[in-house]
Amino acid sequence: MDFKVLKSFSYQLGKIIKGYNNRSLYINLNDYSIGEKEVTEMMKDKFIGGKGFGLWYLWNAVTPETKWNDPENEIVIATGPIGGITQYPGSGKSLVVTISPLTGIPIDSNVGGFFGPYLKFAGFDALEIQGKSKEDIVIFIDGDNGKVEIMDIDTESIDSHLIAHALTDMFAKNEEDKKNISVVSAGNGAENTLFGLLNFSFYDMRRKTVRLKQAGRGGIGTVFRDKKIKALVVKFSNTRGDLNCPHDIELIKKTGIKLHKEIRDLDDKQNQMRKVGTAHLIEIMNEYDLLPVHNFKFGAHPDTKNITSKVFKERYFTQNMPDGCWYGCSMSCAKAVDGFELKTGPYKGQRVTVDGPEYETAAGVGANLGIFNPDFIVEANFYLDTYGIDSISFGTATAFVMECYENGIINKDITGGLELNFGNEKAAMELLHQMARGEGFGKIVGLGIKRMKDIFVREYGADREFLNDIGMEQKGLEYSEYVTKESLAQQGGYGFTNKGPQHDEAWLIFMDMVNNQIPTFEDKAEALHYYPMFRTWFGLNGLCKLPWNDIVPADNDMTDNPAKVPEHVQNYVDLFYAVTGKKIDAEELIRQSERVYNFQRVFNIRMGHGKREDDKVPYRSVGPVTEEEYLSRQERYDNQLKEILNYDIEGKSIAERMKVLREYRESQYEKLTDAVYTRRGWTLDGIPTLKKLKELGMDLPEVVEVVKKHLG
Amino acid sequence: MITVNGREFPYEEGLTVANLLQKKGYTFKMITVKINGNVIKKDEYETTLIRDGDNVQVLHHVAGG
Ligand code: SF4
Repeated sequence: MDFKVLKSFSYQLGKIIKGYNNRSLYINLNDYSIGEKEVTEMMKDKFIGGKGFGLWYLWNAVTPETKWNDPENEIVIATGPIGGITQYPGSGKSLVVTISPLTGIPIDSNVGGFFGPYLKFAGFDALEIQGKSKEDIVIFIDGDNGKVEIMDIDTESIDSHLIAHALTDMFAKNEEDKKNISVVSAGNGAENTLFGLLNFSFYDMRRKTVRLKQAGRGGIGTVFRDKKIKALVVKFSNTRGDLNCPHDIELIKKTGIKLHKEIRDLDDKQNQMRKVGTAHLIEIMNEYDLLPVHNFKFGAHPDTKNITSKVFKERYFTQNMPDGCWYGCSMSCAKAVDGFELKTGPYKGQRVTVDGPEYETAAGVGANLGIFNPDFIVEANFYLDTYGIDSISFGTATAFVMECYENGIINKDITGGLELNFGNEKAAMELLHQMARGEGFGKIVGLGIKRMKDIFVREYGADREFLNDIGMEQKGLEYSEYVTKESLAQQGGYGFTNKGPQHDEAWLIFMDMVNNQIPTFEDKAEALHYYPMFRTWFGLNGLCKLPWNDIVPADNDMTDNPAKVPEHVQNYVDLFYAVTGKKIDAEELIRQSERVYNFQRVFNIRMGHGKREDDKVPYRSVGPVTEEEYLSRQERYDNQLKEILNYDIEGKSIAERMKVLREYRESQYEKLTDAVYTRRGWTLDGIPTLKKLKELGMDLPEVVEVVKKHLG
Repeated sequence: MITVNGREFPYEEGLTVANLLQKKGYTFKMITVKINGNVIKKDEYETTLIRDGDNVQVLHHVAGG
């Protein structure tokens, strides 16, 4: 491939000490300046690493007026102090932070692949990219020779499956060397939509192909292309298990062996992550009425039998391959479909390896669109990834337009001839290809639900209230794929998130709706404090959430709190000490997260969002918007009216019943909001109090300044 | 009458833990079953009888998500 080096920068190779390089790499694409920055003790104490570092750098880079496509916006990629160890499953994650095109506030995404660990081994705790290039560039970090280059490389395409392969080939000396390369790329869809994603690669030595893991949410890929970055490449050749120079490697090994043994002995009896990955959730969610069908109207569908994990396991996923997305992950859930022949689009007829489908993709582009065809799901999965489009936002936004289409809010004239009824897989696939080409109605859908609502009201006279009710977005981000109507706690689990409705902060549906374990507002608020804080911690340390509770010790049932998986929490406490040498306990672990969590909340407020008003949720996530929905669960809703509200339904129309139910459910959400804010140490407007910030040691002058303005 | 996860459920003669799980549609594998606070082992679901008035908890643990 032709290339030109536009800028070169040399640096001293260093040594990681107890999980930190103590420096990060800063690149400004306005003028191609490249430099090192010190990682201070304050950063390590208060922000730990990973998304904590990302948020801190981003805070210092932007102003309250910064928009996603302003040059000062940054993309920050960091693993954390534990990131890169190879002895404990799930320790190779990268955290990516930027101001999101969809929400206007920071988004963070947790992704596998080798980039984060290699960046760290190359000498940097974080990569901070600011500015905008005038021409398309590739950034190459050579961790073997201590060199960073900004390059102009003539690649055939920016679609990820092509560019990741091409750059892996270009920078590897030979086949064996390919495992030492990781590429970050987006795709044509990322350029033409606001929900572009980033693919992080790793080379699969057994399949002899490049695999892609996705930093999906919030349009990070869109920012990447707006900065004219085609790809980031890192190379590091001497990966070993002790590169973090941990404080106590024996403790890491001991902790790791215990978990490997659990996975080996128990995974087949538990979630079968090694066989089907997260796809096992498809049938479970359907059985518990939680699988989104037809834009979250319903929670189950008889045709789900066609897209269960059994189908994917028997007909699609290659079995008996250790599919870890970082060395040492014996959970190996990164399943793939090999030799899949594409039936549509620019790569029609080619045989490809498809990473996934994971639960979210199968639910989002399958059930939620009323499409129960596994071939469609795998094909869409491939194109979404290579085009760099977030499958969750695509699924939820397309489900929204399908409902609008079926309601006559939009028609064939508006969609350019696409008949966007639920179940029309041809139209859905064409929409996806249009997004990559930046054409037609795909371009509109690619703006996301929030902007579409404005357009449909302004241009087509749609009823704003109805669109607000059925549009499954909050803070501008599309919902991920779980039906929350019967779980008040999970309505909050989505509603009170910092970045928008993604389930990675809390997934409380079973605990709430099925187990009935958290009946009071205070119980729910406690869960909505503990779990989001606990799960934030993975993102500070470069860890994957799945080995925490998708596998549990055999005697977990006997513990006081099986849902928390106490033995695994202790593993994390031990790992943090073993790497950094800093002693913490389970309470301090939560406090570490609370610091960053509250900081992110204040960051949102600084950007003009992040208050109570912003935590409101669409009614589709709370209760039945339409009579069709009410009737689908009439017995349940009628009983609730009778039993909880003492409401006599005799002689009452469905509309009257819906109104009463709605008032009740919405008031419950308000009460939950009060309880959660109180538990988190926030005012009833959702602002962290000075007392809380002081207690946490997060009363940094710049943070206090923002908060003070809003506390009045 | 028995209680299942704090809600009333009709008792019937000969009801085992396995029958109850089936009746409730509880197909998820990551669960803990307790009868009056005592954990029932998975390999005893088929043989453990539930008595009238028992307080049964079927705790589903979060996974995936
Ligand atoms: S559990 Fe799955 S996603 Fe997590 S690190 Fe392991 S392979 Fe990657």
